[in-house]
Amino acid sequence: MKIVIINYGAGNIQSIKFAIKRLGYQAVLSHDLKEIQQADKVIFPGVGEASSAMSKLRASGLDKIIADLKQPVLGICLGMQLMCNASEEGTTEGLGIFDIDVVKFNPSNPKGGVKIPQIGWNQIYNLKSDLFNEVEENEHIYLVHSYYAPLCDETIATCKYGQEYSAALQKNNFYGTQFHPEKSSVVGEKILLNFLRIKS
Amino acid sequence: MLAKRIIPCLDIKDGRTVKGINFVDLRDAGDPVELAEIYSREGADELVFLDITATEQKRKTLADLVYRVAEKVNIPFTVGGGISSVEDVDMLLQNGADKVSINSSAVKNPKLINDLAAKFGSQCIVVAIDAKQIDGKWMVHLVGGKVPTELDLFEWAKEVEKRGAGEILFTSMDNDGTKDGFANEALSRLSTQLNIPIIASGGAGTVQHFTDTFLEGKADAALAASVFHFKEIEIKDLKKELQKNGIPVRI
Repeated sequence: MKIVIINYGAGNIQSIKFAIKRLGYQAVLSHDLKEIQQADKVIFPGVGEASSAMSKLRASGLDKIIADLKQPVLGICLGMQLMCNASEEGTTEGLGIFDIDVVKFNPSNPKGGVKIPQIGWNQIYNLKSDLFNEVEENEHIYLVHSYYAPLCDETIATCKYGQEYSAALQKNNFYGTQFHPEKSSVVGEKILLNFLRIKS
Repeated sequence: MLAKRIIPCLDIKDGRTVKGINFVDLRDAGDPVELAEIYSREGADELVFLDITATEQKRKTLADLVYRVAEKVNIPFTVGGGISSVEDVDMLLQNGADKVSINSSAVKNPKLINDLAAKFGSQCIVVAIDAKQIDGKWMVHLVGGKVPTELDLFEWAKEVEKRGAGEILFTSMDNDGTKDGFANEALSRLSTQLNIPIIASGGAGTVQHFTDTFLEGKADAALAASVFHFKEIEIKDLKKELQKNGIPVRI
C-alpha cells in the first residue's frame, strides 16, 4: 500500500509519518501531483494559518487536484478545515469538499465563553463512520485549534467546546478530523489504522 | 468536556535526563525517550522537555532528541530551553516537536513572539514566565529566577497574549521546589484576565495540590517534575483522585 502525506510546507508532518510507522506502514512525504494521484491513501495535514496554507496549495497546483482524488483522503486539523467551503481565518476560500464554512470560537459566547485556542484532550461522540470502528463513544482525543467546522450533514463525530461542533467530517472518499490522531495516544492509533484499512 | 492536563517535565542536558529519576523499570535512567514512553503509557497528557545544555553542540543534540522522541511517543510534547530565533523553532518543529516554549528570549525581544506566531501559528508557541513576589508585587525573573526584571507578571502576560502566544507556562519561583502547593492566587488572576490556556508550575507536592490548582487556581494544565520522577505521585492515581473531585481528566 502506498501512503502519501501531502507536503506543502504546513507544519509538523514528521509526527504523522512516525505514527504510521508505529502502525507498521511506511508513508512518503510528497508534493508531486502524480505521486499523490497514484497513492492508495492520501493524508492531508496542516498546522498554522488557513489563508497562507491555501496560498501554498495554490502555488504548488495542489488546490486543483485534491478535490478530484478517488482514493481515501484524510485531512487532519487545518487540512480538514481547508477541505471545507471557506474559512473565516484570513477569509479564504477552501477546497469545497465539505459543504460547511469554518468559523472562529467565540470567547464571549453567552452559552459559555471559552479560551482560545482550545488546547488539549476533549471527548468525541455520536460516532458515525468506519473511521471509528472499535472506538468507544466519549473517548478523549487531542486537539489544538481556534477555528471549527459547525455541525452539518457530513459530521461523523461531535465535540463540545462552548458549543457542539464537528470533530470529524466525511463525504464519500474524503475524511477529515479536527483532532490529531497521530497525537491522540492509543485511540488516535486505532482511528489512523481504521483509515489505512478503508478499501479503496 | 475539555480535560485538565497533567504534564511531567523532563530536564535535559546533552541529550540525557538530569535530576535523579527513580524508575526501577528503566533500563537507562538517563534516556529521555524511554522515560517519555513510560509517562505516556501511565497517562501523561503531554510532556515538556527543558534543555539546559550550554555547549555549542546544543542545537544538534536537541534536534536529534526531538526526532527520537517524536518517533516513539504518541502524545504531544513541548521543547524549551535557550530557544531564541525563528530558525531554532523551525528546526525543532521540523524534527517533530509539537510546541516550543520560549522564556528569556521573549523578554529580551518581545517581537519574537509575533514572528513565531505569524510563521508557525499561535498554537505551537508557549511563553514560559518565571516570577516571584517582591514587596507584594509579582515580578518577572530570568535565568531560572536568578535575574529580576522590571516587568510585572500580569502586564507581561497580557502583552504576551496580545503578541500571539498560544499558552502561558507560569512558574512561581516562590513555590518552586517547596512542595507546598502551586501559586493559586496569581494563577487564578492570570486565568481570569487572559483568554489563553495557563499551565501551572512550581510547588507540586501532593495530589491535593493538583486539585487546588485546578479549582482555586483555575489552571488549564499542571506541570511537575520531581513528584513524578521519584514516584511520589503516580499519574494514574492522581487522575483518579482528580476525577473523584469532579475535575475533568482523561483516564
